Amino acid sequence: MEPGLTLKSISFSYGNHWSLDGISFGLTKGELVGMIGPNGSGKSTLLRIMDGLVRTDTGEVLLMNRPISSYRRHEVARQIAMVPQESIFRFNFSVLEVVLMGRFAHRGLFPFEEKKDLEIARESMRRTGTLDLERRSIHELSGGEKQRVLIARALTQKAQFILLDEPTSQLDIRHKVEIFELISSLVRGQGFGVMVVSHDISLAAQYCNRMLLLNKGRMYRIGSPDEVVTTDTIREVYQCPVLVDKNPITQTPRVTVLSRRPENNKDIAVQPLRHKGTEE
Amino acid sequence: MGLRGARDQIVTPLRVLSIGIILSIVLAAVAFISLSMGPAKVSMGTILGWCAGMGSVDQTTSMILANIRLPRILLAGLVGFTLSLGGVVFQALLRNPLAEPFILGISSGAAIGAIAGIVLGLGFSVGVPLLSFISALATILLVLGISSRHGGLESSTLLLTGVIVNAFFTAVIMFFIATASDSRLHSMLFWLYGDLSQSKYIQFSLCLPLVLIVSGVIYLFSRHLNLIVGGEEPALQMGVEVELVKWVAFIGISLITGVVVAFSGIIGFVGLIVPHLMRMMLGPDHRLLIPASALGGAVFLVAADTVARMIISPSELPVGVITAFLGAPFFIYLLKRKGSQWNQD
Repeated sequence: MEPGLTLKSISFSYGNHWSLDGISFGLTKGELVGMIGPNGSGKSTLLRIMDGLVRTDTGEVLLMNRPISSYRRHEVARQIAMVPQESIFRFNFSVLEVVLMGRFAHRGLFPFEEKKDLEIARESMRRTGTLDLERRSIHELSGGEKQRVLIARALTQKAQFILLDEPTSQLDIRHKVEIFELISSLVRGQGFGVMVVSHDISLAAQYCNRMLLLNKGRMYRIGSPDEVVTTDTIREVYQCPVLVDKNPITQTPRVTVLSRRPENNKDIAVQPLRHKGTEE
Repeated sequence: MGLRGARDQIVTPLRVLSIGIILSIVLAAVAFISLSMGPAKVSMGTILGWCAGMGSVDQTTSMILANIRLPRILLAGLVGFTLSLGGVVFQALLRNPLAEPFILGISSGAAIGAIAGIVLGLGFSVGVPLLSFISALATILLVLGISSRHGGLESSTLLLTGVIVNAFFTAVIMFFIATASDSRLHSMLFWLYGDLSQSKYIQFSLCLPLVLIVSGVIYLFSRHLNLIVGGEEPALQMGVEVELVKWVAFIGISLITGVVVAFSGIIGFVGLIVPHLMRMMLGPDHRLLIPASALGGAVFLVAADTVARMIISPSELPVGVITAFLGAPFFIYLLKRKGSQWNQD
C-alpha cells in the first residue's frame, strides 16, 4: 500500500550541537510503527516534523503525495492527530468539552458544535472507555484516564494518522498495556496509521508491526521488531548492558536491563561495556 | 451563584443567548438607576415616562437626563464592555491570569499622548483624545514590532516588552507631572485615573461601530481561544492558525482599547477582575465567557461611575478609584471562596 505520510531525506539542525539527518521512511495506513531511541535522539522533534510543525532544512514531508507545508493547519489536522506526552489544562474543562475540541478542524466559522459532533465525540469516548468520565473535570482524572481522554480527542479529529509521543511514560504496567491494546485495536479495527514513541521497548516490540530506532538524530535501524530490537543494537545505541531474548509467550524480542557491575549479573555471561558517557 | 448552572453541560447557543439576555436586563436596570441618581433627584417613574416619550418632564430635567447623564452612562457601558473584552482575550492569548488590556503598554502609551495634549493646552473634545489615540497605537505597534520574531509572537517576550515599555513611559509621564502647573495637574491626575465627566454622544457613536466590529470578529475566534489556552502547540495540532488569531486579536483589541481610553482615561481593574469573576461563575468556555465578560464589564463600570459621581457629590472622584476600591475586596472574597480557576503547572 502507498504510504500516506512520507519523509524524504529530512535534515533539521537545532543550534550547532544537535541535528536530525538523512531521515527517510513512510507511514502507511493500517500499520503500527514504534519509534524508540535514547533521550535526546530526536524522537519528539521527528514527530513534530511529521505533523508539519517544524520546517525542515532539507528534504520534505509528503502527506497524501503533497508537501505538508502546502496545507493549512486545519487541513493537516483532518489527516493527522497528535497525542501529546502530557497536556496542560489551565481551566477545568469537562472531559466531554476536551474531547469535543478534536472537532475544531471540521467546524466552519459558526463556533458551536452540532449533533453530529457530539455523536462522533461520544463514539470516540466509547471506543476508549472514557464515556462514563464525560462529566468529570479533566483535573480530577488519573494519568491513565487522562491519556485515554487525549486519545479519544485524537479519534474525534477523524484523522487517518495518529502520532503519539510517549503515551505510556507516566503510567503503571496495567495502564501501559491498556494503552497499547487500545492503539493496536484501533490500527487493526479502523485502519489508522499510527506512530508511537515509547521507552517501553519490549512492550512496543510486542504490539508494533515495524520499529524505528533513532540514534543521535540518525535512523540507526528500521524494520520488524526482531530486526531492530537485538542485544547488539540496543546496547550500542543506549550504551547500556542489556540482554535481548524472546518473550516465551509472544515470541517477540524482550529486553532485560543488566547491571553495569558485572558481578551482579551472576548467571549471565556479559562482556563489560565500553563506557562512552551519555550524550546531551 | 445562580448563573453558574450545571458546569457539566456544554455551551450551546441557547445558553449563551439566555445568559446574554439576563446580563442585558441587569445592564438596563443599572442604567435606569444610574439615570435617576445625581445632584438633581429624578424619580424612576419620571425616567420611564421620559424614555417612553410620555409624561410631563420639565425642560431642565430633560436636559440633565439627555445631555449629561445618558451620554455618560452610554460611554461608561461601552468602555467597560471594551476593557473587559480586552481582558478576557489577553488572558487567553497570553495564558496569564494577570493579563488585562493595558498589560502590553497601551495605557502608558495613551497617557503620554493625553498628557502631552494637556500640557499643550489642547481641548478634551478633540485634541487630547486624538493625541492619546495616536500615541496608544504607536506604542502597541512598537511593542508588537519588538516582540515579533520570524512573524511569531511569543507570550513571555510580549509580556516583558509590555512591562518595560510601560516602565519607560511612566517615567516620561512622571516628568510631565513633576513639571506641570497646578491648574493642569488636576486634569492630568483625573485622566490618569479615568474620568467620564467629559462624555458626549459623539464619543459613544464614534466608538460603537468599531467596538461592535472587533467584538464580532473576536467572537468568531472564541473556539480558537478555548484551544489556545491549552497551549499553542496542541492548538496548532488540532488545526488552529495560532499566529493569525494572535495578530488579529492583539491588533483588534488594542485598536478598540486605544479608542475608548482616549475618551475615558485609564480605568484600571475592570479588564482584570470582570473576566475572572465571569470565569468563576460560568466556566472557562470562551463562547460564553467573551459575551458575559463584555456585558459584565459594562454593568460594572456603569455602576462604578454612578458611585464615582455620587459619593462626594457635588464633587466627583475619578472612576478608576472606585473600580479598585469596590472591586478589590469583592474580588478577594471570591478568590478565597472559589480559587482562581487557573491551573499553572
